[in-house]
Amino acid sequence: MSNSEQIGDTVLSLKDVQVGQQLPSRTVHIDRASLVQYAGASLDRNPIHWDERFARSVGLPDVIAQGMFTMGTAVNVVSEWVGDVGRVVEYGARFTKPVVVPYEGGADVEATGVVTAVDEQAKRATVELKVTCGADKVLGRAVAVVVLD
Amino acid sequence: MVVNAAFVGRTYPPTAPYAVGREKIREFAEAVGAVDVVHFDPVQARARGYSDVIAPPTFAVLIAQKCDHQFIADPEAGVDFSRLVHGEQRFVHHRPITAGDDIVGVLTVDSVKVAGGNSMVVTRSELSTIDGAPVCTATSTVVIRGGE
Repeated sequence: MSNSEQIGDTVLSLKDVQVGQQLPSRTVHIDRASLVQYAGASLDRNPIHWDERFARSVGLPDVIAQGMFTMGTAVNVVSEWVGDVGRVVEYGARFTKPVVVPYEGGADVEATGVVTAVDEQAKRATVELKVTCGADKVLGRAVAVVVLD
Repeated sequence: MVVNAAFVGRTYPPTAPYAVGREKIREFAEAVGAVDVVHFDPVQARARGYSDVIAPPTFAVLIAQKCDHQFIADPEAGVDFSRLVHGEQRFVHHRPITAGDDIVGVLTVDSVKVAGGNSMVVTRSELSTIDGAPVCTATSTVVIRGGE
């Protein structure tokens, strides 16, 4: 699939996918505006995600990103790779380390993935995601299952 | 205070229907940086075989958290919300959440484990349309840190 094609023009076929295949990586820059936008969209109104005075009062180093926000942005590498977001039939992750988002500079979260299993009968592939912020692995056991053509 | 282990196996009544709207899907997709046109354009979504625009894979948390709230806010459950940390989240999609769906959720408390003053609770929300068609199984693990 070339980059000029729109998502959905081509859904990955079983023959195009092998165990060990790497997915393209993607880095997302997170700032306070991203966290407020996600807070509004998700209705997660916890102030630890946008008010550093509150975050520090409960023992955090600074504002932290919503775990579901990190999880929600990371899966884009899988949906864009498979070619149709509706093909992502399973997705889960552990929140292993918080993504700290300072006012100055924000944070960069990098997501990539590798195919760990292919079920030829069910035409399904399992992708294990690697999601990091600096040296920290911020999601653990981050696994998505996609249905191939 | 630890979470009341007697809640294991408890199932709550279905939540009030959640009406899935096109603009909420758009808002959520934009917030997570999802770019697939099927989140935004009903014509292109239909061309790909969906009945309307579909939601990103983690959108289900909006409905699952309404289910979880029944347990968290239950005074007998003993959950101190200020000490609650989201530990893990999993979704199994039986079909994509689609604009126009009216979705109800049934919450079950799958497990409560208490260790060292901390409690770990696994809840499962079975989301289905009001007609009973299964849409998504959302499993959430939360940790409630023990008090001093």
